[in-house]
Amino acid sequence: MDNNSTSNILDLRDISFRYPGQEQPVFAGIDFQLKHEKVALLGDNGSGKTTLLQIMVGLLKPEKGGVYFNGRLMEEERDFFVLRQQVGMLFQHADDQLFCPSVLEDVAFGPLNLGRSRKEAMEISTSTLRSIGLAGYEDRITHHLSGGEKRLVALATVLSMEPSVLLLDEPTNDLDHDARHRLLEILSGLDMAFILISHDWDFLAELCTGFYGLTHGRLLKSETLQVHQHRHAHTLGEQGHHHLSP
Amino acid sequence: MISEIFATGDSLLHRADPAIKIISALLLALSIAVGSSLEIAMAGFVIGILLAIMARLSPVPLGRRLLTVNLFTLLLWITLPLTGGGENVTILGPMELSSKGIALALLITLKTNGIYLILTALPATSSVHAIGHGLERLRLPHKLILLLLTTYRYLSLIEQEYKRLRRSAALRCFKASTSLHAYRTYGYLIGMTLIRSYARSRRVHRAMLMRGFQGNFPLLALQTIRPGDLWLLAACVVVALTLAFGPVFW
Repeated sequence: MDNNSTSNILDLRDISFRYPGQEQPVFAGIDFQLKHEKVALLGDNGSGKTTLLQIMVGLLKPEKGGVYFNGRLMEEERDFFVLRQQVGMLFQHADDQLFCPSVLEDVAFGPLNLGRSRKEAMEISTSTLRSIGLAGYEDRITHHLSGGEKRLVALATVLSMEPSVLLLDEPTNDLDHDARHRLLEILSGLDMAFILISHDWDFLAELCTGFYGLTHGRLLKSETLQVHQHRHAHTLGEQGHHHLSP
Repeated sequence: MISEIFATGDSLLHRADPAIKIISALLLALSIAVGSSLEIAMAGFVIGILLAIMARLSPVPLGRRLLTVNLFTLLLWITLPLTGGGENVTILGPMELSSKGIALALLITLKTNGIYLILTALPATSSVHAIGHGLERLRLPHKLILLLLTTYRYLSLIEQEYKRLRRSAALRCFKASTSLHAYRTYGYLIGMTLIRSYARSRRVHRAMLMRGFQGNFPLLALQTIRPGDLWLLAACVVVALTLAFGPVFW
């Protein structure tokens, strides 16, 4: 795996996609490159952000165009199987992602599928859980966890596969202030490429260096985050968050 | 939807290995089920009670469950004494009660309760999750275990979907009644639950693909068999063999 920050890890070329039975394509001829960087993907509901992520990992097949991973064209399910070892995805709903009864099993599911022994898989899982502050959660039952805990466990299930790219689909949705803060801390500490879908601007501004907007089937890059003034409510008085300028 | 009320505890049986408990329960239940004498049924019932005491099952919920089971045997008590036939017949007003029928009802009642107590004291003192592991250790087909565990895992979510839909119907003043409107609404509710569950299963499948799923469901072994488990198994085997073959020699 080439960690050079100038080479493309993921490269989408001329992607077009249309859902069956719909006349309007979701995208027509999109190009997108991801290097070793953290980028945000913005867009209205239904603009196709999640669809684009699913095309990247081969869960949906584009009508036209190709997905290149480390310079190789991904054609068959077999190719994407290799890609998915390197590209982890955090789904919008953690409940869709956690399907094993116990936390440890869920986190070990990926490593076991990658051919690790049970002992190795258990070690990787325990250390992954510890690294994101979930030590002691091993034997908890996944569907008894709180929403924030579920999201973090879902992240652990992805991280235990030791990916080099992380695709995050609205990770802060439904999270309370503490859980959101914890997630932010964990993600800032990770040295890997990200694509982050979110409507949580503050969260994106903290993490991302590149910003892409998806509107009307087209992908536009904006190099910098615009610093601007705006009005907003402080539900916790002055303690809500810090202001960079008055 | 499934409340594992007996699965938590600290008794000897709670700590035993699920695979051992499944085999033990199966052997005991089989030997009781095939026995035809009242003595064996009685012995099975006593073994059931002893195991329930060993597992320290809380009596009130256990009693409530036994009540449900005995609704079935109640039916037998109503029908068998009247239809059992045979020679020893007691006349009770206009009815003829057959002692053969009564003996048969008693036999079935003892067997049913005995086996139910054994199943509650042995496998039901493990969580569904642990039972899945036990079945895996017993080399049962992978796909069946996969079905069991995922069904269990998602049953509560399907229930949640259904409840959410029902609440939203109730919030718009829907009341169950015998009308075409109510039937149609229930049809919609069930249909929507199915569609949503299907959509969810597709999302779950995608999440599994993302983590390298290839049709195999590797389970981590959490428990190992200890000497105490083997003693339990040995005791159950001896008791089961005695129940099954003892009458041949007596």
